[in-house]
Amino acid sequence: MIEIKDIHKTFGDNYVLKGISSEFREGMNNLIIGGSGSGKTTLLKCMVGLHEPDGGSVIYDGRDFTKMTFEERIDIRKEIGMLFQSSALFDSMTVEENIMFPLNMFTTQSRKEKLERVNFCLQRVNLEGKNKLFPAELSGGMKKRVGIARAISMQPKYLFVDEPNSGLDPKTSIVIDELINEITEEYKITTVVVTHDMNSVMGIGDNIIFLFDGRKEWEGSNKEIAKTDNKELNDFVFASKFTQAAKEKL
Amino acid sequence: MIFYPLGKYILLLKAVFRRPEKWDIYRREIFREMVSIGVGSVWIISIISVFLGMVTTVQTAYQLVSDLIPKSIIGSIVRDSTILELSPTISAIVLAGKVGSSVASQIGTMRVTEQIDALEIMGINSPGYLILPKIVAAVITIPMLVTLSIGLSILGGYLSGTLSGAVTANDFIMGLTEGFRGFTVTVSMVKAIIFAFIITSVSAYQGFYTSGGALEVGVSSTRGVVISCIMILFADYMVAQLLL
Repeated sequence: MIEIKDIHKTFGDNYVLKGISSEFREGMNNLIIGGSGSGKTTLLKCMVGLHEPDGGSVIYDGRDFTKMTFEERIDIRKEIGMLFQSSALFDSMTVEENIMFPLNMFTTQSRKEKLERVNFCLQRVNLEGKNKLFPAELSGGMKKRVGIARAISMQPKYLFVDEPNSGLDPKTSIVIDELINEITEEYKITTVVVTHDMNSVMGIGDNIIFLFDGRKEWEGSNKEIAKTDNKELNDFVFASKFTQAAKEKL
Repeated sequence: MIFYPLGKYILLLKAVFRRPEKWDIYRREIFREMVSIGVGSVWIISIISVFLGMVTTVQTAYQLVSDLIPKSIIGSIVRDSTILELSPTISAIVLAGKVGSSVASQIGTMRVTEQIDALEIMGINSPGYLILPKIVAAVITIPMLVTLSIGLSILGGYLSGTLSGAVTANDFIMGLTEGFRGFTVTVSMVKAIIFAFIITSVSAYQGFYTSGGALEVGVSSTRGVVISCIMILFADYMVAQLLL
């Protein structure tokens, strides 16, 4: 479980996160949603240590990440997998080398063992046999799947996903969502997904946090979201006529 | 104004020299960078060095109008100016353009495409992994390139001098060997090592702190080359002042 307590973050005069607290539970898809500029990616980056929060704490299973030094954080970082919005695959490496990279850095496994793990991860994301391709040779959806394979190569306890559906067609988006959902349930990972894709919200949102203007405006599950009377959330989720019509049918 | 970037640069260097996670991987990266920086620059350094030697000989001969000065002095001037100044400094400026821009744009692109964030999430010391192998490779290979440059410059000077008739082969060789001080080579190698460090560390700093997109990567790359060139010439003066 990951707990965040009273997270604050400013960039110059821009007060981005205004005291956010929540709990992200194990084996669940925890979604952070909100409009552009609401602070969801900043919150995610504060959680993984890419940004240092100005105040508050991030606690991984009782371990206060915000109080740790760079060296002390390494043990927790080894338990973290992350899929970036742009996939962030290393351009100079093949798919196989990308997935093997954390194994090379942090394990003493033999090459055969590492290759077996790479092939398992690739098979898990339905990309068997793509080992020798370079990122430039992959489609957007394939890059995301390789990103997931790399993120799970070290068998993480915590999986962070930033905008998994950006730039993908609806069908591929569903494939990625289902993959994240399967991996979360199968390995009992604490998954935190930042998204503004409504299909993801309704499809895999076990626990949803809605951010508005740097604050936590609402928290609940995908089943509760249709029944909420929170104005800001309704304006965000049911912004289009199509979603409004869908809500009326529910 | 200068203290903020200087402080950031020093802190980055501190992170660069933190203990590597796995020596094997760093060693492999160093060899890869040595090929890229060293072997990849042999051709350009060879071409500019030959021309450097040729033009030094021609211009020195042009200025020696007095019959009281022996022609062999051309060989001595070409030798000393090549070893002390032209080969290390001009090579470093050319390498700042070639290697420095490549380092800054490579690291800058990794920054804007979140690849550096990915390294940090994995628990890897990204400055160490990305920058240390480049610095080590440059510090090893650039003195080698400067040595090659010295040899080829003198050869170029010899060819242009003898083929144009400005100096005879015997005079040129006599000038080369007369009054040679080995310390000039030491100074040249000290310069090469310092310049190598400046080129890679300054360019890497510019790339590492890139923010934005493709346009900013270009800006970082240009800034890396410009600042490296200024720093090279400043260090050139300092080394000359301190060692000579």
